[in-house]
Amino acid sequence: MYNPYSLKGKTVLITGASSGIGKATAIECSRQGATVLLLGRNLERLTQAMEECEGTSHSVIQFDLSKIDNIPDLLGMLPELDGVVHSAGVNTKYLVKKINQERIDELLHTNYYAPALITQLLLNNKKFKKNASMVFISSISASYASVSNALYASSKAALNAFVRCLAMEIAPRGMRANVIQPGIIETPILKAYALTEEMQDFKNSCPLGHSGEPTDIALGCVYLLSEASKFTTGSIMTIDGGLTLK
Amino acid sequence: MTLDEFVKAFAAEFDDTPAEQFTPATNFRELEEWGSLVALAIISMVDDEMDVQITGADLRNSKTIEDLYNVVCAK
Repeated sequence: MYNPYSLKGKTVLITGASSGIGKATAIECSRQGATVLLLGRNLERLTQAMEECEGTSHSVIQFDLSKIDNIPDLLGMLPELDGVVHSAGVNTKYLVKKINQERIDELLHTNYYAPALITQLLLNNKKFKKNASMVFISSISASYASVSNALYASSKAALNAFVRCLAMEIAPRGMRANVIQPGIIETPILKAYALTEEMQDFKNSCPLGHSGEPTDIALGCVYLLSEASKFTTGSIMTIDGGLTLK
Repeated sequence: MTLDEFVKAFAAEFDDTPAEQFTPATNFRELEEWGSLVALAIISMVDDEMDVQITGADLRNSKTIEDLYNVVCAK
């Protein structure tokens, strides 16, 4: 059957795969035939996510990406890859008057340093197969301001800029790098927001009338990992139910 | 943290309302400066200073600063 979105025969690393968008992406990639490496901190939840994947060729890697000094250790754990989805992220909310260096580091380590350093590690050690595709999960926050979100937003804005430059550097080798900017997606990160009524108002203001599901983003990742997107690189794909149209 | 210390810490999160306006009996949601921004600052202060996580509902269900202090202490 004709399926330009097939990932059959591809090996894909997915960070933050134990929950939310990362987990949904692991499941959708497996449904398209990929062998998935699920990376995350919590072994139990990773294993559970792997069990929800289709097929039996998948594996889990327990790893804490906030400990950026350990990232070189990843090298020995990874085979050659056709794709990477950088989905691991933290979103602790701080008003600007509550930030400090430790809090800036906390957000930047997982959201920016980790994907940047993993990319460097994989490129330098020739871990990408021909025509490999990298997908970075950013956020509409990169250009959409909201209260208490300055650190998260700036980490994602940095990521967007990084990916566009990366796309230029890897294009001669036939490799691609793209960003997905989700809007409001029902994930554990979202549920942790303290002001639930305000969040509900925010969701209601979305033109499509509701928040998104992790699968909405996961299927965008499938597209960007597949041959269907072979002419797409350096793009910033917004999947937000129209929220940023206003 | 004592109730008096809590009232002082609570007052410190307000930029324009004078500190002397704050007592345990202050109905904080009626203060002109009260809003979601200050609410987030209070949630953050309670987390930082008392290592307790409160929600928007906890703030809505409290009338006075002392009410909120009691909610925090009960957690």
